[in-house]
Amino acid sequence: MVVSKEEILHIAKLADLNIKDDEIDEYAKNLQDILNFVDVLNSVDTQNIKESIGTVNNSNVFRKDEIKEFGDRDILLQNAPEQEDNMFKIPKVI
Amino acid sequence: MSREDYEIVIGLEVHSELSTKTKIFCSCPTEFGGEPNTHCCPVCMAMPGTLPVLNEKVVEYAIKAGLATNCKIADISKNDRKNYFYPDLPKAYQISQYDMPLCEHGYIEIEVDGEKKKIGLTRIHIEEDAGKLNHDDYGRGSLVDLNRAGVPLIEIVSEPDLRSSEEVDLYLKKLKSILEYIEVSDCKMQEGSLRADVNVSVRKKGQKEFGIRTEMKNMNSFRSIVRAIDYEAERQIEVLENGGKIDQETLRWDDVSGKTFSMRDKEDAQDYRYFPDPDLVTIRISEEMKENIRKSLPEMPESRKKRYIEEFKLPEYDSNILISSKYFSDLFEGATKVCNNPKAVSNWIMTDITKELNEKELEPSDIPFTSEQLGNLVVLIDKGTISSSIAKKVLQEMFENPREPQKIIEEKGWVQISDEGAIKEVVLKVLEANPQSVADFKAGKDKAVGFLVGQAMKETRGKANPQMLNKMFLEELKK
Repeated sequence: MVVSKEEILHIAKLADLNIKDDEIDEYAKNLQDILNFVDVLNSVDTQNIKESIGTVNNSNVFRKDEIKEFGDRDILLQNAPEQEDNMFKIPKVI
Repeated sequence: MSREDYEIVIGLEVHSELSTKTKIFCSCPTEFGGEPNTHCCPVCMAMPGTLPVLNEKVVEYAIKAGLATNCKIADISKNDRKNYFYPDLPKAYQISQYDMPLCEHGYIEIEVDGEKKKIGLTRIHIEEDAGKLNHDDYGRGSLVDLNRAGVPLIEIVSEPDLRSSEEVDLYLKKLKSILEYIEVSDCKMQEGSLRADVNVSVRKKGQKEFGIRTEMKNMNSFRSIVRAIDYEAERQIEVLENGGKIDQETLRWDDVSGKTFSMRDKEDAQDYRYFPDPDLVTIRISEEMKENIRKSLPEMPESRKKRYIEEFKLPEYDSNILISSKYFSDLFEGATKVCNNPKAVSNWIMTDITKELNEKELEPSDIPFTSEQLGNLVVLIDKGTISSSIAKKVLQEMFENPREPQKIIEEKGWVQISDEGAIKEVVLKVLEANPQSVADFKAGKDKAVGFLVGQAMKETRGKANPQMLNKMFLEELKK
């Protein structure tokens, strides 16, 4: 699979990244390298290996449904560039 | 070609907030309506370095919903990230489920014109809700409240089996009632705990392929959904009839103008780049767990309906109304246990209680008094302690300030006068004050009795026992 210029622009848009025209080739090459590596992984024979989800073998790590209040709103809001009425203030969205 | 040559195809994605105490991935409370950002912690605010841990109740509730809707429950399931940018989504991804949902291949049965129809369910999966954006008119910015961020949701996706807005209405009512019965969601529409994305397309009758669909997101009133579907289907047919083409797009329904509007440009075709969330582990559901949840399912509406007809001898009409809401049904059963008069309780629920709810724009879940209190009210009428017209006033009082009906009538002095001596006194007084009516009666006008009873009721401010009044007037007049 070859990464096209259009794909790079599309992915950049989805990721909300501004990339310059002269950077496209470089990103295309980087992504191509990753895809090539995935090809290597895909070539491994996995016929006798049990299917797994994710990299940990753990399953069913659950929490009880019990309330623990964090209780410190000021700390949660302290790094907000702007706040109003105890809420994060952001540029207007419709 | 006309409207009748087309078939409407509708699919729904219903989001329902689960009534767990805490959020899906952290221990913050889910309670509606707290002060902004007080039901939040570093996890649901997406602070760097925090990790989600799945609430076991969320899995249980979702499986419960799956079992109640005839789904196949997965043996293995997982969580995936759905990536998109919006300020109400602090992580810039929503933890949801992509290719391995908890429940699949179910159905819900509705009754259309007396015939049963199965509406297929593609899947039910778990995910987190987003926060809330407040737009104030005077300021230049928007304000983000993340109390709702991380509240657990199930998304129930239907197959494109619905063919009219009426079917959609029946389906939604049925789904809402199932979720209420199994107590996994309180389904309060006005608090947004039940919302639907509605997909609509049209095709010529007989055509096999589906037409191109449009989607209306986040609708939270059944009435709006019905209106929006009717409008949108009409619009699509008109476009096609004029030789046009439907664009696959997201529309916004405007309740005031009764129209749909295009929302996003198509360039932004949805591309959520789902991938397994590496912060969460596999969910494995054993047969034992499925069986335990199955056993915990309560009696479902259809079975209750059967019982009401057979055991309580109620008409099917009554039974359908009673089972339409778990709150009605529970109220009915509890009150009947107290007063042993099922038809009277059913009448109260279908008439006066429904009327009060409509007037106050409340839902059955908002009924403030207990089933015992309603049962006691019926007992008071059956014993002749109060008349049914006084009972109506007592019921209103129970809505305003819920307490025992006995207490209400004592406080208000509303006890019915059934003492013969007292009744006789009123009767004689009214006869003396209305010689013309007495003469009318003697001249053969039987209706005069009604007038006299009315006067006596007025005299006693509605407290006299009307049957006794009637009887005693006749006795006196015939003397």
